[in-house]
Formats: sequence, structure tokens, C-alpha cells
Amino acid sequence: MLRPLALLLLACLAAPAASKEAAPAAADPVLEKRVMALAEELRCLVCQNQTLADSNAPLAEDLRNQVREKMRQGKSDAEVVEFLVERYGDFVLYRPPLKATTVLLWFGPMLLLAVGFVVLLRRVRRRRQAEAPGMSDAERKRAAELLAGSEPR
Amino acid sequence: MTRFAIPIAIFVALLVLLGIGLKLDPREVPSPLIGKPAPHFELPELHRAAKTFSERDMRGKVWVLNVWASWCVSCREEHPVLLDLAASGEVPIYGLNYKDRREDGLAWLKGMGDPYKLSIFDLDGRVGIDYGVYGVPETYVIDKAGVIRYKRIGPLTPEIVKEKVLPLVRELGRA
Repeated sequence: MLRPLALLLLACLAAPAASKEAAPAAADPVLEKRVMALAEELRCLVCQNQTLADSNAPLAEDLRNQVREKMRQGKSDAEVVEFLVERYGDFVLYRPPLKATTVLLWFGPMLLLAVGFVVLLRRVRRRRQAEAPGMSDAERKRAAELLAGSEPR
Repeated sequence: MTRFAIPIAIFVALLVLLGIGLKLDPREVPSPLIGKPAPHFELPELHRAAKTFSERDMRGKVWVLNVWASWCVSCREEHPVLLDLAASGEVPIYGLNYKDRREDGLAWLKGMGDPYKLSIFDLDGRVGIDYGVYGVPETYVIDKAGVIRYKRIGPLTPEIVKEKVLPLVRELGRA
């Protein structure tokens, strides 16, 4: 289990040194901007915590080329994304689609926040009640006398 | 004592959850290709560049497609397993030589033995992308109708062959 991981790490470290600089921005800067903007949204499958735009892994380079080619063919961003999802699954998306399996991913944090908020609210309320206990009749009488200014003996 | 019961329970639950998380292999991404027709390719063979091979040539047979490369370290680890599987004669194995140099690929097979009926040569990795390859070696089991039934990312082990690949191949062979 560890060995492939270590190898992967090594590959990720070694890749930038070995690979050439990213191909010179293609003749078409508008297209290149689109490619990179989309690549920012996609996960490199080799170095899984990098985007396709960041990664210098050979596969990332290939996939960027594919994205570029598809765009040149006039495909929309959505179509290019679908092409990749068909092959690599939702995992390539940094923004996973809302599905039954991803509901917890999307709303889990909000749910936790809500739970935390409710717990906090209940605590504060309980503490406030503890700090302001009701007065007994004798205490009430004494308070009234104090307020009236007649110090009882 | 009960004061601490809830925090401790939460802590333990978190530990268990993180422990499970540590055991998962992040490279094991569920492939969307399972149950889908194997993507079409038509590639030159490794040994005979003039001849091409296509997944359509395998219609009606259960077969294994194994993605390999001479530069791939884990492939070296996997190779004896493939040789054993080939020797068992249970299922034909076809190789996809991925982003490799022809002479390197040929030398590798010559030196280590060739478990493949034949290998095809995917120099630019296009077919690899169609098959969602990202961590060589990868292995696919494809059924008689040309549908991908199983995918393994990373090297096959004798256990995986015995527990997953062979039972599946036998089941598909009967179908």
C-alpha cells in the first residue's frame, strides 16, 4: 500500500524537473486562457492534489492537450468536461455534481454548523437561567424594603 | 464521569473514521467505464507495426487488456503474475504498450517473457485516455459483448487474480 504511494510521490517530485516547460502559449491566447481556466477546475489524476493546470505530470500535459484540441473543434466547456468525466469519473471534478452520493459532501458542513449552533444556543440559554434564579418571597419583600429606603432592623 | 462520555464518544468515532480513511487507497478511483462498452481503438501491433489490432477483433471472447510500459516500475512487480495467468490458459491477455518506445517495449518482453497474445502500441497515449488510464499498470476484463466488467488500477497480485479476475473470467465464459 505504501510503495505505490511513495512511488507516486517520487514521480510527482521528479516530474517537474524532467518535463519541459509548459508548451509555449499557443498562437491563440484566448483559447489558451479558456484551456487554463477549465484546467483549474479539473483534478490531475496522477498528483491528486493538483489541478490539471498546475500539474506537470505527463498525463496532465496530455489531458490539457486533449482539452485544447476539443476546444479548437468548437466544443463547449461542458462538453469537454463530460468527455473527461466519461473516462475518469466525477473524481476529475473539483466541484463534484450534486447527486445522492454527494449530498453529504455538499451539505455535511452546513449540517455540522447548524448542529453546533443549536448546541451553543441551548447552552447559553441554560446558563442564563442558572444565573438568574427566581427570588423567594422573603427576598422579594426585603428587596422592596431596600428600594423604599427603610432599612429594617 | 458522564460529563466526559459524549466528548470521548465523539473522539473515538472520529478516530475510527480517520483510521478507515487512512486504510483507503486514494488511487482507487471508481471507474465510470465498468459496465460500458470498451472504447474503440485501432492501433498498430508492437511486434508487427504494419498490422493493426482492434477491440472488435475480440468480439465473442472474454479477454484481459493489460496496460503496461517498460518505464513503469510496478509493471516489473506485476509481470510474473501476468506470466502465471497466461500460462494457466484461462484467459487471453492482450497488452497495451502505453507511451513507450517500440525498441524499449520489445526489449522488455524479450528480457522478462511475454505473457501477451500480442501487444498494441499506443505511443501518444490517446487510447490510454479513452480507457481512463492514469496509473500504469491497469488491467481490464472485457466480456464477450465487448463490455468492460472489471478494472484494476495498479499491479495485479496473485490474490486479486485468484479472487477477482479468474472467478469473473469463468463466470463470463459460461455466459
